[in-house]
Amino acid sequence: MDLEYGPEYQDFTKEVESFCEKYRGLSFMDGSNNPLGSSGGSGGPQMSRSEWQKTLIENGYFARSVPKEYGGYGGEADILKSRIIAAEFSKSNTPGAMGGQGIDMLVPTLLEMGTEEQKHAYIKPTLHGEMIWCQGYSEPNAGSDLASLQTKGELVGDEWIINGQKIWTSTAQYSQMCFCLVRTEPDAPKHAGISYLLIPMDNPGIEIRPLVDMTLKAGFNEVFFTDVKIPAGNIVGKRGEGWAVANATLGHERGSLAPPDATMNRVNMLMHLMKEETLDGKPLIEHPIYRDRLMQIQGKVLAQQSHALRLLSAKLNPGADIKIGKMIQKLTGTELRHELEGLAIDVMGEIGTLYEDSPHLKNDGTWQFIYMYFLGLIIGGGTSQIQKNIIAERGLGMPKEPKVEGA
Amino acid sequence: MYFGLSEEQSFFQDNVKKFLEEHATIDNIKHITSGDEKNLSAEIHQGLLNLGINGLLIPEEFGGLGLDLLFAAVVSEALGGGVGPTPFIAPYVMAPTAIKHAGSKTQQENYLSKIVTNEYRFGVGFSEFISKRNDAGITFSDNTLNGRAMFVLDANDATHLLLADEKGQIFVLDAKSANIEIVKLTTVDKTRQYSEVICKNLEAELLENSSNSTNPINEAIDAGRIILAADSLGASQTMINKAVDYAKERKQFGRVIGSFQAVKHMCAEMAADLEPCYALVWHAAHCHDHSPDEARLMACHAKAHVSEMSKGIAKKATEVHGGMGFTDLLGLHYWFKRIGLNRQILGSPELVREEAYKTQI
Repeated sequence: MDLEYGPEYQDFTKEVESFCEKYRGLSFMDGSNNPLGSSGGSGGPQMSRSEWQKTLIENGYFARSVPKEYGGYGGEADILKSRIIAAEFSKSNTPGAMGGQGIDMLVPTLLEMGTEEQKHAYIKPTLHGEMIWCQGYSEPNAGSDLASLQTKGELVGDEWIINGQKIWTSTAQYSQMCFCLVRTEPDAPKHAGISYLLIPMDNPGIEIRPLVDMTLKAGFNEVFFTDVKIPAGNIVGKRGEGWAVANATLGHERGSLAPPDATMNRVNMLMHLMKEETLDGKPLIEHPIYRDRLMQIQGKVLAQQSHALRLLSAKLNPGADIKIGKMIQKLTGTELRHELEGLAIDVMGEIGTLYEDSPHLKNDGTWQFIYMYFLGLIIGGGTSQIQKNIIAERGLGMPKEPKVEGA
Repeated sequence: MYFGLSEEQSFFQDNVKKFLEEHATIDNIKHITSGDEKNLSAEIHQGLLNLGINGLLIPEEFGGLGLDLLFAAVVSEALGGGVGPTPFIAPYVMAPTAIKHAGSKTQQENYLSKIVTNEYRFGVGFSEFISKRNDAGITFSDNTLNGRAMFVLDANDATHLLLADEKGQIFVLDAKSANIEIVKLTTVDKTRQYSEVICKNLEAELLENSSNSTNPINEAIDAGRIILAADSLGASQTMINKAVDYAKERKQFGRVIGSFQAVKHMCAEMAADLEPCYALVWHAAHCHDHSPDEARLMACHAKAHVSEMSKGIAKKATEVHGGMGFTDLLGLHYWFKRIGLNRQILGSPELVREEAYKTQI
């Protein structure tokens, strides 16, 4: 056990610290609200989001290991440096890089499986925040059983013609492009009949309808495709290989949904709130039942933080047995965050139910919003029950359910 | 940066595991817990002494190995995994830690070197400092002890005992004295020993540095709590392994029960609950020696969190076995009960979480 990063990293930490200091209070000329990025501050330098994105890349604080020719920094992947960057940015409240499904999922996929032409065309504008992507995976009849998706793609001449419907498509209304799973080989077995296509969203055959969720925000959309035509070359991997391509990106999504450090920040925020808010004249924290529930959750989050260190170490020192350790992240991370946000509502009682712009709202109503939002994340990206199947079958080697004929 | 066990730690743990697999078979555990095989128990203890478990935490200047608590934690994990029927936590973890922090130089020399040579074996009773129940408790005046200490750990066959009063002062006493009565407490866990110790005008020696600070006793309690968490960690892993193996073999409705999602999900939940406990226990053990600011908080949370997770696992793993899990025949209950004791000893989860909170104000 050695939790020190070493002298080289101490210097790097100082470097990042002074970078953050230089941009303290940074605000964005194109508004502080962006669906893909953290909000800016005030009183510091001003720039556009895209400029900030470029500044981060130039300094190696974003897209660090993406080659220069595709618009990245072109450095070596360094897990510890990435961690230091994230920690220092979070500590100093410096806005991070924009995220979103293009950056988090499409870019890694293209780097691994895209053609040279695709890498040149898409990675740079995506990293610079100039090209936003949405993910066209789920359909009304293909949720947990994603591979049964039915959106059709037919190759006619040198064009794909696409018809069908996608659902749960976040950021579709802002997107220039969609990476989409489409059934192109109707006669092949279900997993082998899917292709991974890249669809421009300005196509006249595309209709986007906002889907309002229980938080009363339109975080998702339904997307309808009617005779949408795209060039034959807009495919990643070969025809019928889309399932394997998509699985590579699902791995990227699952790990990043509920990082324990973010959950611990919320625990600390809740502890602070419980010292401020009173019940029957006493701060909430002095009520033993609430205090004990807070401590229970703190223990769980500490366990997940330690676990994250173990996984980090396994990336640095290959050979450690962490198969199950990786599989549990989506399940345990999203469930715990939901539980924590729910505790905050419980300790506030009726006040915890206030929402939107109500008087007496605490912390901008984030406890209720995230409590509900995380129920969405528990369901999305493979439900908790699907995660348990994965852990049991692939982690513990338990047998699959017998197949139902025709499914 | 490396978060995990060293090769030496894994190797030592494997040796303890192998030894227990050979010598602490279910049949042997049955004999030992029913009390008809005194020699078997002593042989197992001797075998573990031969591996060196008594010197792990003793500084090299007193003849020990001078290793850190993580080393003892991985041994404890192996002992929990094999329901090792042997004294460990009191004589080889809590006593050395208490004497190291509370003893004067002379006291350290007197006692620590004799733990390594196995001349002295300590039982430890700090319950009344942590959670005083009913009329238990000891008082010290004119160099003599009076009163009662409950749930003293590993007291039978001990040559000496360490007891604490409510203020956290620690006393060394001769376990063979005529003024002491050691009453065996029968708990559900028969793989380890718990006793009540009654002192009447018993001559005792105060560990000098425990008279004006509770830091020394807290060091020993933190270490003990991490060791109990590690024991439950190992015991829980064994229960999961047994449940998963059973679910892959047992057939009902024409298929193995492990193919039913109801059973599969219980197994996945157990694995998901336990996996982060490894990191928490290792991290807490590491902090105990290397990060004093976080040490208390981590020790408390390791004890409380692993207690909660392992309680759930003990129940679910038994349920996966169906009726067989409930029988004495299968012996799964040894792990269930060991986890049950680990949860209550040195502070139940609610008490320990309250201490965790107090470290933050």
